[in-house]
This record gives sequence, C-alpha cells and structure tokens, in this order.
Amino acid sequence: MTIFRLAFCLLAFWVIDSNCQSEMVNIKGGSYIPLYGRDSLKVSISDFKMDIYPVTNQEFQEFVKKNPKWKRSQVKRIFADANYLQNWESDTELNENQQLNAPITNVSWFAAKAYCECQGKRLPTLDEWEYVAMADKKSIDARRNKNYNEFILGWYEKPKTFNNEIGSTFKNYWNIYDLHGLVWEWTLDFNSVLISGESRKDVDTDNNLFCGSAAIGSSDLMNYAAFMRYAIRGSLKAKYAMKNLGFRCAKNINENE
Amino acid sequence: MINSKLSTLYLSLIICLLLSSCKNNNTNETNNYKDPAKIVLAGTMEAELTAPPKVPAPVGDRPAKKLLVNMEILEEQGTMTDGVEYVYWTFGGTVPGSFIRTRVGDEVEFTLSNHPDNKLPHNIDLHAVTGPGGGATSSFVAPGHEKKFNFKTINPGLYVYHCATAPVGMHIANGMYGLILVEPEGGLPPVDKEYYIMQGDFYTKGENGDPGLQPFDMKKAIDEDADYVVFNGSVGALTGENAITANVGETVRLFVGNGGPNLTSSFHVIGEIFDNVHIEGGSVINKDVQTTTIPAGGAAIVDFKVDVPGTFILVDHAIFRAFNKGALGMLKVSGEENKRIYSGVVQEGIYNPEGGTIQTMPDDNSTIKVNKSKGEKSLAEKMKSGKQIYAKTCFACHQAEGQGIANAFPPLANSDYLNADVKRAIDIVLNGKTGEITVNGKKYNSVMTKQTLTDEEVADVMTYIYNSWGNNKTNVKVSTVMEVKSMH
Repeated sequence: MTIFRLAFCLLAFWVIDSNCQSEMVNIKGGSYIPLYGRDSLKVSISDFKMDIYPVTNQEFQEFVKKNPKWKRSQVKRIFADANYLQNWESDTELNENQQLNAPITNVSWFAAKAYCECQGKRLPTLDEWEYVAMADKKSIDARRNKNYNEFILGWYEKPKTFNNEIGSTFKNYWNIYDLHGLVWEWTLDFNSVLISGESRKDVDTDNNLFCGSAAIGSSDLMNYAAFMRYAIRGSLKAKYAMKNLGFRCAKNINENE
Repeated sequence: MINSKLSTLYLSLIICLLLSSCKNNNTNETNNYKDPAKIVLAGTMEAELTAPPKVPAPVGDRPAKKLLVNMEILEEQGTMTDGVEYVYWTFGGTVPGSFIRTRVGDEVEFTLSNHPDNKLPHNIDLHAVTGPGGGATSSFVAPGHEKKFNFKTINPGLYVYHCATAPVGMHIANGMYGLILVEPEGGLPPVDKEYYIMQGDFYTKGENGDPGLQPFDMKKAIDEDADYVVFNGSVGALTGENAITANVGETVRLFVGNGGPNLTSSFHVIGEIFDNVHIEGGSVINKDVQTTTIPAGGAAIVDFKVDVPGTFILVDHAIFRAFNKGALGMLKVSGEENKRIYSGVVQEGIYNPEGGTIQTMPDDNSTIKVNKSKGEKSLAEKMKSGKQIYAKTCFACHQAEGQGIANAFPPLANSDYLNADVKRAIDIVLNGKTGEITVNGKKYNSVMTKQTLTDEEVADVMTYIYNSWGNNKTNVKVSTVMEVKSMH
C-alpha cells in the first residue's frame, strides 16, 4: 500500500516535472540599453512569455518523430547543414552518451523556429533574450555585477556543458534557468546586429555599434562577457547546426490567452 | 566603371614609378624586381605544418606553388606550469600555433576549421596577407564549420598570425598566435639547426604559481600585469628535456615571434651573440647583436654559430620575466671544449675592497673569528639574518618561497634532497655544484656557483632555509660549517 502510494507520488511528481520543462513564465516588459544599442537608445520590450528551460533532447526527439521532414536524413540542406543532429544514433534515436534531459543542440535556426511554431510559440527576439538574460538570481539587470559576469566567463572555459541536464544552472529573477552556463541559444533575429568577425573593423566602421557600447559607459568586464555572445551570433548562418547551440521558445502574452 | 579602371591604371602607374625610383636609389638592390603576384605557379602541394619548437623543411629552390594549408582551432586545457592548468585556445593544438613555411609567390589556400567541441567563433589574421583584415573577415568561422580563403605571399619575411575575433585581446592572451614564414626566392641561406620560439604573456585569476585551473583575468590583461611570461606557451616548454639542442660548430637559426598580447620582448641568449638578425623579421640584417627587440605582434630571425659546449639560456632580458614569470628556455650545445674561446674558471681568489659591505672570507689556515665572542646566535637572530642573505644571494634562482623554477633550479621548499643531508647542503653552498641531481623526483642539471659568504652567513642562511617552507628545522651551527669546510 505504501509502495503503491509512493509510486503514485513519484508518478505525479514526474508528470509535473515533465510539464515544467515546457512551461513558460511571464516576463514583464520594460526597457533596457543593449550592449549594441541601435542609435544608443533604450529598447522597449513588451510583456511576453518565455520557456523556463531550453528545449531538451527528448522534446526535440518527439518533434522529429511527429514531423519526419525534420529527420536528419530528410531535412533539406538549405534548412540545416551537415551538422544537423549529427551526433544522434539514427534519425530518431539519441546516442548512448546523450541525456534525454540535456538541451537539444546541433539544430539549425530553421529547425528551432519550426519546433516553436509547432508548439504555437516562436523564438524569442534577440532583445527579449538579452533582456531576460541580463538578470541574475536577485536583480533584473546584473550586468555590472562581478559574479554574474564571472559566471558567464567561467562557462567559456568549461568543456562539454551541452550534455548537462537542463535546470543545472541558476534560476534567475524571472524564474528562468540556463540562459548562461549550458549552451548558446538561437534567437529569432540572431543576426540583426552585424558583426563581421573582424572586431577591429566593427569598431571602425559601424558607429552605431561603437557609440552604443560607449553610451552605456559599461565596464570592460561586462563588454567582453557579452561580446562573445554577439560574436557567436555573428558567426552563424540560419542553416548552421552546432554542438553548443540550442534554443528555447517564447510567446506573445495576449495570444491564445 | 571606365573611370574607375582608368584611375586604377593611373594609380598603378604612380606606384610603378615610385617603386622604380626607390630601386634606383638603392644601389645594393641587384635582384630583378619581379611582381610576385605574377609568379607562375608550378603545381599544388600540401603545406607541412609543425608544432613548436620544430619548423618545416626549408623551401630551398622549389618554384612557387599553390600551397594548401589546413589549420584546426582547438580550445583545450593544458599545463601552464607544475600544478597550474589553463584553458588554451590554439591554432593546431599548440601554443604558439603550427609553423607555416611558404615562399614568395606561393598562392596559399587556407582552410580554417573550428572544432565542433569549441564554444566560440574564431578567425585568423595573418600579417603575411595583403588584404583587408589580413584574412580575418574571410575566415570568421563558427564551431563545427570551416572557411577557406586564398592569398598570395608577396613580401618575404617572418610574420605573426593571430585570431582577431572580439574580444581580440582575450583570444590572443589565450594563445591564439603563431608564425608564418615567407622565404625569398631560393630560400634563406642554409643552416644546421632551425627552431621555432614564440613569447607570450598570460593573465590568470590567481598569482603566479597559484595551483589549480586558472581562469583568464581580463582586468590584469588590461592593466598589462602579467602573471606568466613564457616561451612556447608554458613554463618549461623549452627547458630540461624540452631544451633545444645543437652541436659545437653548428649554426643555429631561431624564428622568434612575440604573440603578446601586451609585452615587448627583449630577446637574448645568455652566452651567445647573434651573428645575424633579420630586424623585425624583415629584410634588413643587423650583425653582432646581443639583445633584439621583438614587439608584440612581431618577429625576428636570428642566427648564430655555437662555438663552445654548454647550456645557453634563452631569456626575455626584461629579466624578472625570465626568473620570476617563466620566460626562460635552454639551448644545449654538446661537443668539444674550446678553451681559446671560453676558458672556464682559471683562477679564483678573494676580492676585498676596503670599506665595502662585502664580507671578508677567512683564510683556510688562520683561526676564525666567530661573531666577536658572542658565541652562537639565537635561532631568531639567525632567521632574521638568514632571510636577508637569502633575499640577496639565493632568491634569484630558488625564488621567494623556495619553490625554485621548474626544470632549471631545484626547489628548497619541502626538498627531500636538502633534508637528507645537511653537510652535503653546506658543501654545495661553500663549493658549488655541477651536474645532475634529483630533487623531489625531478631531475635538474644546472650549475650552482660557489657562494662568497662567511661561515656565519652560511650558517644563518642554511638555518633560515631549513626552518622555512616545510623543511626539517635543522639549526645549522657555525661549527658544522667549519667542519664541512675543513673536509676539503
């Protein structure tokens, strides 16, 4: 009887838990000055919802099973390069080292976008993502906080974090996990801030970028933690798939409410 | 369109005129100036890439070719010095990155691959490239991808390449630099040995020697406050078993670069004079040079003939970098002594200027004045005096905490060799030591000169050493020092 009850509890817990993975939270809009401010202005963010966790291997596996055109063998090359799901055992099976609960990586922007749309969601915009990601545990904007920056920088030196479970990093002010410390994430307009990869040229020619960062009067520490994120986005094309790049979904708040 | 073509024509005409006028002024220039861009390629070959300190085979008289260079970027953990780990970002898995050897007129097809496990995008700026960004714009590559671009080698010389992705300083500080050599037609004059050495400065969260995996410290990098200044990526990359070698009579050529990111190198080989230095890696040759300046992002080609055997120490002669931060390498030369060039010690004596602070060394036969009738000092007095003597005499090699320098100078802290035999230790201070010894499981093969200290000073400094850093707390008596001295 006790065992039965325990099993039931566990089951209930598991169901709740697995629901949590695709659960969203409300993000209260506001304004912030991004690292690369367009015309050095504040950017306004409307209220929206965001996934608490990145999309997992398991969730994406189910999506692929239901949508065969996103299978590795069937996907159109213009929508996903040869790295797409490259480490999977087969079209629908993970390899033995991959955890069900680890974030899905090696997916292209097209695939990520299709996944979110399939859930009635969308990818977060770059500004939305940055807005939520500038929070630490306690504050909305922790970008000047030493520990916050050191955590991000520390991640750059930690190998193979893509295979860690979701929820293994800190829960931020918005109750959202894993924006830093697990994987990079696609955003809807990932390449809207153009970085050529030749950072010296970026400084020289794109006055918006330059003035934007200068206007913040930001510390160098803050700049370089975030610079790397913009650099990786700048290196991407929508068909690229990468081992350290996953995604999560977002949603407008008044739709389907 | 036509207009722009015309202006290009006009421009090249002016350049031609400028060039030819330059040439006329320079009477030494006897080579026919060939436009390197017009050199015809004779086939395709894959470039040989080497990890430091090795360099690929010389180009010799091979014709210009299409040269395929495949380079892989790896972010990986490595050892900075014993007990200290660091995450290096590398071209080809080493710091500095693989050496690329080309000749004027080669067309290099460069493929840059970014390993899928890497977290960051990278690119490459080769100073040998004539073109925007030195290739950086064309080579910006995400992890798990590769980029290909072509360039023609136009100017001969030794050039630095490095990553130029934001933040550039950090990518360089983590080890993303290397050298590409463009040899003139017919190659550089042949020599017996060639090696590849590159200096770099590193900035870690902990101080020099703090153990564990040390993250990069941006603040220190901006302040140019380096914790490590090293040759070939780590302390000891060129010492002990990793030393470069040559035989007496051979000519050694060093391709020396400086990745920076911040510090200019004062490159010097202790006990050698550079016969030829290609200043800044270019075409001007300076002769008979003691120390050559290598700017961050620059290089030099030096060569010299080794005439006598021994260990020659390569340093950044901004000398604290060498003895305290790691900028130390070794060239071991074996062969016959040549007393006409270097005699070794011929005679030794005591120099005793009046009124100086140098201590008088007692005669062997006379009675020794021991501390003016006071007898033996207390331990506290000895420690105080010993500490000062240590700072003056021993510190440079054995370091502040007795930790020594890996592969060069053995540690005094927690030293099994030291603690095993007090009299042997006294004897080494009094008479010096040459040859291989094993300390705490590591072999050292260096020279310690005999120290000009009084018996009392020897007792004080030895007592200080034995009562510091986990040693066995022996209180070394002046009488013991005298006893050891009398054994000879």
